[in-house]
Amino acid sequence: MPRKNIRIGIIDYAASNLRSVEKAFTHIGAEVIVSSNAKELTNADALVFPGQGSNDSAMQGLAKASLIQPIKEFVNNDRPFLGICMGLQLLMESSEEGNEPCLGIFEGNVKRFSGQMKIPHMGWNKVKIIRKHPIFKDLPDNPYFYFVHSYYADPLEKTIILSTTNYGDEFVSAIASDNLIAVQFHPEKSGSIGLDVYRNFLQFAEANI
Amino acid sequence: MLTKRIIPCLDVDQGKVVKGVNFVNLRNAGDPVELASFYNEQGADELVFLDITASSDGRNTMVDVVQRVSKEVFIPLTVGGGIRSVNDVRVMLESGADKVSFNTAAVADPDLIKRSANHFGNQCIVVAVDARRIEAESKFSAQDQSGFHINPDISIKNSSEWEVFIYGGRKRTGIDAIKWIQLVTQLGAGELLVTSMDSDGMQNGYDINLLNEISKKVSVPVIASGGAGNLDHLCDAIIEGNADAVLAASIFHFGKYTIKQAKQHMHEKGIPIRL
Repeated sequence: MPRKNIRIGIIDYAASNLRSVEKAFTHIGAEVIVSSNAKELTNADALVFPGQGSNDSAMQGLAKASLIQPIKEFVNNDRPFLGICMGLQLLMESSEEGNEPCLGIFEGNVKRFSGQMKIPHMGWNKVKIIRKHPIFKDLPDNPYFYFVHSYYADPLEKTIILSTTNYGDEFVSAIASDNLIAVQFHPEKSGSIGLDVYRNFLQFAEANI
Repeated sequence: MLTKRIIPCLDVDQGKVVKGVNFVNLRNAGDPVELASFYNEQGADELVFLDITASSDGRNTMVDVVQRVSKEVFIPLTVGGGIRSVNDVRVMLESGADKVSFNTAAVADPDLIKRSANHFGNQCIVVAVDARRIEAESKFSAQDQSGFHINPDISIKNSSEWEVFIYGGRKRTGIDAIKWIQLVTQLGAGELLVTSMDSDGMQNGYDINLLNEISKKVSVPVIASGGAGNLDHLCDAIIEGNADAVLAASIFHFGKYTIKQAKQHMHEKGIPIRL
């Protein structure tokens, strides 16, 4: 069980269905604050960066709440950080979805699914874990997670890739670098395995505060 | 590979699940939270809650149901029934729903789909279509009983095969179902829930022709509904009807099959499924 006093800050920038993320962390016993205030957030032990909606409205929401710089600093200071869905894509430099530059924490851009596949990619798909990491601790091989998205991140630095998923082509479904982890799928909608991922993040954060 | 989904549908009246709640192992069979947890543990891929409460003052209980379920069950929840405005959508999403489904309200005001999709994204806007096969003679007497203004471009013509019904299947609209689903996806519906009124309740299988026609015309996921009586019917909807998901109520609620059995059967038929 996580230590009771570890505090998870969930970034609220009016661009996501963050209540379900909050409920999932609360359900597993974490202490959670949901905030758009940089100070409140950076006082937390770890940050969770959820996201839904479009690239430009998300980046504008972050700018409006003056959160771009504080998020970059939090990551640069190597503090525990978990991006979810859009919260993975926004870590790249730019997106085919819009004109606003993303956070640029990693080199590479965000691409739209092409070809014959239905968009959005919506439902349960297999996550092929290609690099061992504490976030996937004690999970079954190639677990299924719930996805809802039309775009995916394509990082230049391949060593950060934790997992890939097949939808027409293989795309990157999780990355990690130092104390930053980001996943394209929605653990908060992936049943008990998803809750295990959040438990793993709590433990990881606790060990790396 | 993206898997096909099995979605149990729960009818909720005044906060209680009302259809087929005779599981012996549930303490309180009508409790939405307990039933949702039960299906989640069995491996349901998503859940649909349909609010069938007739009175408008009973509506707030649905918000309470969604709040309670989403604190305990961490799979996608779709809520339908009585959602009429962008604000209704907002309330449901904030309560913990992942998607909302429009039916009658979309016919009354198709632009509602667009406004909702612009606010919240296509991925959370489902349009539910109740379609009935048109008898040859009724094409000539096609009558809109809806009382709403219907765009003539989507009205039934001689070549039309299915008509859209609203108000829980009680009223005709004079709308061609195939033209309707094309319009609603253009407006921003991210998913279609297609119920064949001819098949619904018959347990003789889904309307494969209807599913196929619709799947050919749109690029959004299609959920098949109405007619499941056995596990082969689920497979047929996917293999022959090209559906992305199957929704069923009675075969699961009355304990005829478990979700697990259904998934095992579909897996044996070669359908990609989350076991």
